[in-house]
Amino acid sequence: MQNKRNEAGFLTYLFVWISLIVLTAFTVTVAALNLGKIAVLTALSIASFKSLMVLNFFMHLKYEDRLFHFMLLLSVITLSIIIGFTFFDISFR
Amino acid sequence: MISITSFSVEKHTDYTGSKIGMWLFLFTEMLLFGGLFLIYSTYRAKYPISFHVAAKDLNIQIGTLNTILLLTSSLTMAISILSIKNGSRRGSASFLMITIIFGLLFLFNKYFEWGEKIAHGIYPGSEALSVIDSSIVLFYNLYFVMTGLHALHVLAGIFVLFIMFVLLLKKNINRHDFVKLENTGLYWHFVDIIWIYLFPLFYLIT
Repeated sequence: MQNKRNEAGFLTYLFVWISLIVLTAFTVTVAALNLGKIAVLTALSIASFKSLMVLNFFMHLKYEDRLFHFMLLLSVITLSIIIGFTFFDISFR
Repeated sequence: MISITSFSVEKHTDYTGSKIGMWLFLFTEMLLFGGLFLIYSTYRAKYPISFHVAAKDLNIQIGTLNTILLLTSSLTMAISILSIKNGSRRGSASFLMITIIFGLLFLFNKYFEWGEKIAHGIYPGSEALSVIDSSIVLFYNLYFVMTGLHALHVLAGIFVLFIMFVLLLKKNINRHDFVKLENTGLYWHFVDIIWIYLFPLFYLIT
């Protein structure tokens, strides 16, 4: 039933956790630099990268069926459309 | 005559189905928080300076500490599931309890963080907020609603984690049937992901 593929073990989890902590320290440090316009982009990129690590390893998405990837993609696209079209509207007012 | 006892009692389970159900629930949660993120980002685009000024007053140290607490709780949650897969019920229960403690510590910090703000007269509908710029008020209202809804999710998570802890002790969750624990883990990690976005948006981008 399970364990049909080589799933993440303790060391993988530990490595993911260390990376997440390092990225947190990194994003706090970068925020102190006052990057101005690209500050939002940098912070959100780091956050998204952290989320992907949590999704893929802690939430096992990497080892799941394609269907799960497809479902996630569909929800992300839906949210992107909602946010994208709202901004499309407010930026041309 | 067919006797009922001649049928083997078979438990019908659908491992993948259970997980799909949980993921679908998480997607609705994503859209719930997504709506709030949308409000945040549109008003941030409209009042960048007010958001900049207001966000400076949030405590980055507490925010960072809470981020580390939640990330670490995700690690212990993952190890808890790993333990039950390897057949260690005691290990699984222990790491689950550690996860619960990290969750409680997160809420403990949140309590002090909010308490400090409220002591300074900053809370939705407060008098101190009624005299300052409405766009700064907007930031604080979003801060309280979004971190509040997130804290509520952490609280609900702790509650479910505790139920799983009891089920583990009762051997209802065991090495052959642990999808409940896995789904609880999915929820816990999801709450972690929401915080991963809330943290920079409220505390860091100033």
